[in-house]
Amino acid sequence: MNKLPLIFVGIFLTFTSAWIGLVAYPTLNLANVEPIPDEETGGVLPPTTSGMAIAGQKVYASAGCMYCHSQQVRWAPLSTDIAKGLGTRQTVARDYIREKVAFLGTMRTGPDLSNIGVRQTDANWHHLHLFEPRTVTEWSIMPSYRYLYKTQKISGQPSNDAIQGLRGPHAPKPGYEVVPSVDAKALVAYMLSLKKNYKLPESPEPTAK
Amino acid sequence: MNSPSLLSTINPATEPDKLDSVERAEIDASTRGPVLLFFGTAIFWLLMGSLLGLISAWKITNPGLFDSISWLTFGRLRPAHLNLVAYGWAVPAAIGVGLWLTARLCRVPLLHAKLLISSAIVWNLGILVGLSGILIGDGRSIEWLEFPAYATPILFIAYACISVWTIIMFRFRKSGHIYVSQWYLFAAFLWFPWLYATANILLVWQPVQGPAQGAINWWYAHNVLGLWFTPIGLAAAYYFIPKVIGRPIHSYYLSILGFWSLALFYSWNGMHHLIGGPFPAWMVSASVVASVMMFIPVITTAINHHMTMKGHFEALNWSPTLRFIVFGAVSYTVVSLQGTSMAIPALNSITHFTDYTIGHAHLGLYAFFTMIMFGSMYYIVPRLVGGEWPCANLIRWHFWLSAVGIILMVGALTLGGLLQGLALYDVASTFRSSIEFATPFRVLRGISGFILMGGQLVFAYLFVQMLLKPGSQKKSPAHFDKSDNSSNDSVAI
Repeated sequence: MNKLPLIFVGIFLTFTSAWIGLVAYPTLNLANVEPIPDEETGGVLPPTTSGMAIAGQKVYASAGCMYCHSQQVRWAPLSTDIAKGLGTRQTVARDYIREKVAFLGTMRTGPDLSNIGVRQTDANWHHLHLFEPRTVTEWSIMPSYRYLYKTQKISGQPSNDAIQGLRGPHAPKPGYEVVPSVDAKALVAYMLSLKKNYKLPESPEPTAK
Repeated sequence: MNSPSLLSTINPATEPDKLDSVERAEIDASTRGPVLLFFGTAIFWLLMGSLLGLISAWKITNPGLFDSISWLTFGRLRPAHLNLVAYGWAVPAAIGVGLWLTARLCRVPLLHAKLLISSAIVWNLGILVGLSGILIGDGRSIEWLEFPAYATPILFIAYACISVWTIIMFRFRKSGHIYVSQWYLFAAFLWFPWLYATANILLVWQPVQGPAQGAINWWYAHNVLGLWFTPIGLAAAYYFIPKVIGRPIHSYYLSILGFWSLALFYSWNGMHHLIGGPFPAWMVSASVVASVMMFIPVITTAINHHMTMKGHFEALNWSPTLRFIVFGAVSYTVVSLQGTSMAIPALNSITHFTDYTIGHAHLGLYAFFTMIMFGSMYYIVPRLVGGEWPCANLIRWHFWLSAVGIILMVGALTLGGLLQGLALYDVASTFRSSIEFATPFRVLRGISGFILMGGQLVFAYLFVQMLLKPGSQKKSPAHFDKSDNSSNDSVAI
């Protein structure tokens, strides 16, 4: 192997083969996925998401939620994801077309969030959980995201946004309340939008055995 | 001083080595500025990156730690840690070692070193911008590509200059024979800018639609290890092992097989990080097959290195370079075989999404790559500053703290990850048990981080001593055990 041009051709071709398969192919075939019509409601699937929820994706990325939470339900023979209740069906490419960044994730230090909007539908629960995770789950190791919240003096009527049910050492002093920032509201809107329970023809729900 | 050159010993066809010690010293001297700058900044970022890693590790077991400070939240510290050790430490270390090796093996001095010094400054500026971006919340949450879109072009421009400069050295090389290390170097310096540009264009600058991102993300993230860090690490191992023990590589043909099978199979890896994910089955299968086929280059390289070392293991007693490099080379075999096993769906279904993967990543980037970089620096730096390492005992401390620290870290994460994975997989187990199983091992991991950082501080101290007063305390090479020293080289090896 004394001919540099020959080595160049070799390393070029081996690299290109994989580049075509693992980069060009998905760019051409998985980056133009369209929603499909929803015959029951006349809308589309996956459903469109609110502007708040899309803003929440940015907060999700900025806070790095993805480093502990995955967003994918894997197919049944290879995993127990469906049996463990992470979702009712496998997640497929079309599920991610609303995402600016597809937060598939590689860790489950915390639970999978593909369907967190199905499991926890109450915005106040999410705010409590983000402000101090251990008020809703005693053994949680999630960090607090209290930097997304503001403790303020109640002037006149208490704010409609204030978090309800903060107890013990995390409760605000009397006469004070904890209110979410715009970012916190956006993040919760995103959490509530995470519902992959609509039906897609390419991902049938496994039938009970 | 006139030990037989590596090139002449492995290539019966070449004429006797004309690279005399004067010429060699000139070539070494021409690389001094940029290589020392890359090494120095690399060591600085290694300490910073490890510190962030250490805080992240402790935050996982103490979630209340610094919990009201946005820029110290776990989700920012962890990517900051990864990007600092990957792009702040590992890439510049690889560039420094790669430049020095290229100049030596091509037998050409490095011209216009100022261009490379500027590149090093620009690169480090890019790291600083990227790090600030992640900490203030502009991180992209795309693994291995977290630096925001305003930081990565800086890095790309700096790297492109370095790559072009290396390829130019290849173009004007003096020797007809191209040694195995040079294949790896040449390939790595071409592959990395291509990888980095592709991934940045498609994921950071003009992101493609969500469903396609995972594939490109993991093609990049796995190949930056496989087609950049691995070839540089192997190039160093292929150079320093024969160099220190003074005999040729065992088999030229095994080297060829190892190189081409790595080029072919490693590039197809990546999708095994997404087994069961929302991608066509053939893509995932292709990566699983390629990952299993990695058995060929790994075993080939392991046999080649082992047979070269055979009968010369006593050199590990006195050579700091060799001790670090052999530790790294053995770790390469272990981490690669572990990686192959983790791509097999039956095991992947347990270990994926757990600390087991984190252990694997540290085995690869620390026990293999970082240890080889340390070993290379122990050889290169004395030749650049013209003096000896001040204290063999401190080098010994560096080695043992690194070795014990990384074995403890990988061991803890592997065991903890297995238990965590079994709890996550078992339908009857609760999520809570996956956390409780992993917790004691995560504490151990936090302790191992202190040990590793201890070693790094020792190394940083030695490096600074070398820069400030090279060899003032020592006239002979800093070998561990001089009585067994059969080397006739006057500088540390």
